[in-house]
Amino acid sequence: MKKNLFLIIIFYVILKPSISFSLVEIDITRGNLDPMPISVSPFFSDKITDENIKKNLNIENLGQEISKVIENNLEKTGLFDAIEKEAFLQKPDIAHLKPRFEDWALIKSQVLITGKVTSKKINEKDYINIEFKLWDVLGAKMVDGFSLTTTPRSWRRVGHKISDKVYERLTGESGYFDTRIIYVAEEGPKTQRIKKLALMDQDGFNTKYITLGSELVLTPRFNPANDKEITYMSYFRNMPRVYIVNLQTGEQKVVGDFRGMTFAPRFSPDGKKLIMSLAKDGNSEIWVRNLETNIQEKLTDHPSIDTSPSYSPDGKYITFNSDRSGYQQIYVMRSDGSKVKRISFGKGIYGTPVWSPRGDLIAFTKLHKGKFFIGVMRTDGSGERLLTENYYQEAPSWSPNGRIIIFYRETKTDDKGQGFSAKLWSIDLTGYNERLVNTETDASDPSWSSLLGN
Amino acid sequence: MNISKILKNAFLIVIFGLLVTACATKKSVKTTTESTSTTKAEETQKADPIEKLDALMQGDVYIGSDTVGELASGVPDRVFFATNETILTTASRETLRKQAAWLRQNSNVTVVVEGHADERGTREYNLALGERRANAAKDYLMTYGVSSDRIKVLSYGKERPVDSGSNPLSWSKNRRSVTVKAN
Repeated sequence: MKKNLFLIIIFYVILKPSISFSLVEIDITRGNLDPMPISVSPFFSDKITDENIKKNLNIENLGQEISKVIENNLEKTGLFDAIEKEAFLQKPDIAHLKPRFEDWALIKSQVLITGKVTSKKINEKDYINIEFKLWDVLGAKMVDGFSLTTTPRSWRRVGHKISDKVYERLTGESGYFDTRIIYVAEEGPKTQRIKKLALMDQDGFNTKYITLGSELVLTPRFNPANDKEITYMSYFRNMPRVYIVNLQTGEQKVVGDFRGMTFAPRFSPDGKKLIMSLAKDGNSEIWVRNLETNIQEKLTDHPSIDTSPSYSPDGKYITFNSDRSGYQQIYVMRSDGSKVKRISFGKGIYGTPVWSPRGDLIAFTKLHKGKFFIGVMRTDGSGERLLTENYYQEAPSWSPNGRIIIFYRETKTDDKGQGFSAKLWSIDLTGYNERLVNTETDASDPSWSSLLGN
Repeated sequence: MNISKILKNAFLIVIFGLLVTACATKKSVKTTTESTSTTKAEETQKADPIEKLDALMQGDVYIGSDTVGELASGVPDRVFFATNETILTTASRETLRKQAAWLRQNSNVTVVVEGHADERGTREYNLALGERRANAAKDYLMTYGVSSDRIKVLSYGKERPVDSGSNPLSWSKNRRSVTVKAN
């Protein structure tokens, strides 16, 4: 893998730290059904910049493309409604300097985003500077903005950073656009699926394949403390084991020295430990391995199947599923394995518990009366809420701000066994805004990264 | 001008509208998931002569011969399980005794017992379940005189179905452990 895969930010200048409290706000806890009208003006650029960018990236109008990235991100939240650019009355360059607010109010825009792209040379190398401003149309003032200088090919990430800023400003929640998703790309017939690890930007762009498909790979998961590291399970040499991969160097190592199959890996919130299951002699237990001291320890001790462990964000607890009651149910224990307590008592079987990054909820898969559900419950098992129902779906993973759950869904085949597909879907914590997540191939086992570092 | 106040008022006014749309959205989600094509498929499944299914499944354990290969001549290579179960049926034990007898006669052969689950479970749980099933078969082979160092266990969970159907009969063929020659 190439180095410098990630964005180099040289300047990060906040233009005007604003003190506005009157800015339009969105309450995202109710499942907003009345999206806020918003205008994203194409970012403006001069002739020299256009020529340089054409040379570097082969893109005609980068300013327009950046505005599309932002529009697409914001619209997919279901909270915003981007106004058609044909309706805009003001030119991008003038709007960016000082919008005529009446013109934007006239087309019912409550919020306006403007920007400017400038090419730069630093030590003979090409860079672009992207400046953006967020305007409150009704309040008639600028409320936020920044300016970033970066390598030309990182332009989409700047679009995501701008989207995050706008989202944070308007909802009061942290953003989730400058993130990636690691998943399993699938191809081929259901009985001989070829699976590869794949990495993409949250909006489905910049897909990279991490493995070639020569061995079966499953359940990749990001290290929440390091977005350049993942863990996953591979059948390399027909020895199903848990691995850790550095996405920058491509370096890969098997985790621990276990006799038996290791699977269902997840990092601790600080990235210093890995929890997983070890299946040996017909019994699966949960183990933890300290990645710094290389000490490994068994946490559960029960003849039943104990698997799918996930840490609470403070690292003090672990939730997992076990069939010790006869059927798969969700349990919580202290991270040293003590005080095991069952928390799921509803009808049906429960699996794949994943602790929310906010700490207050656990997402899960439920099978009841032949249907699969993705749901959430409080960490004591109360307040169960089912978000979506389908023939088959599982493996919830949280967006870093804990507002959205991504999972995968498989279709039922017809009576000839045809028509199988697996796709990623996302849904709001509110149960609204269910969306297909675009992937180049069929896909499963998604894991959402934290907000990317530099 | 205080926009958030105006917004809040506007919110109160539209709240009824929101609720109505909310209900509408929920309903439409339900109807799309319960698509008509699936219901039709289910009906044709049920319309299948029940006797035929009975001949292929006992309880929900597969007892037919479709997909069954041979470890050696006259020695079936696989056994089948009930949903979520790892218990060996009478028929499974008979198959495994045949495998054990053949392995005792061919003491240079080593095998891999591959454990599988159907698609109606979560991936990680199914990996564990496949491992449990393969070990149930391995333990039985050991009881009948095959030493443990000749038997490796490999769980595929739900990753390698033999039948791609989405119906109880297909699932029953996929809940299996298969004894495969390793050398």
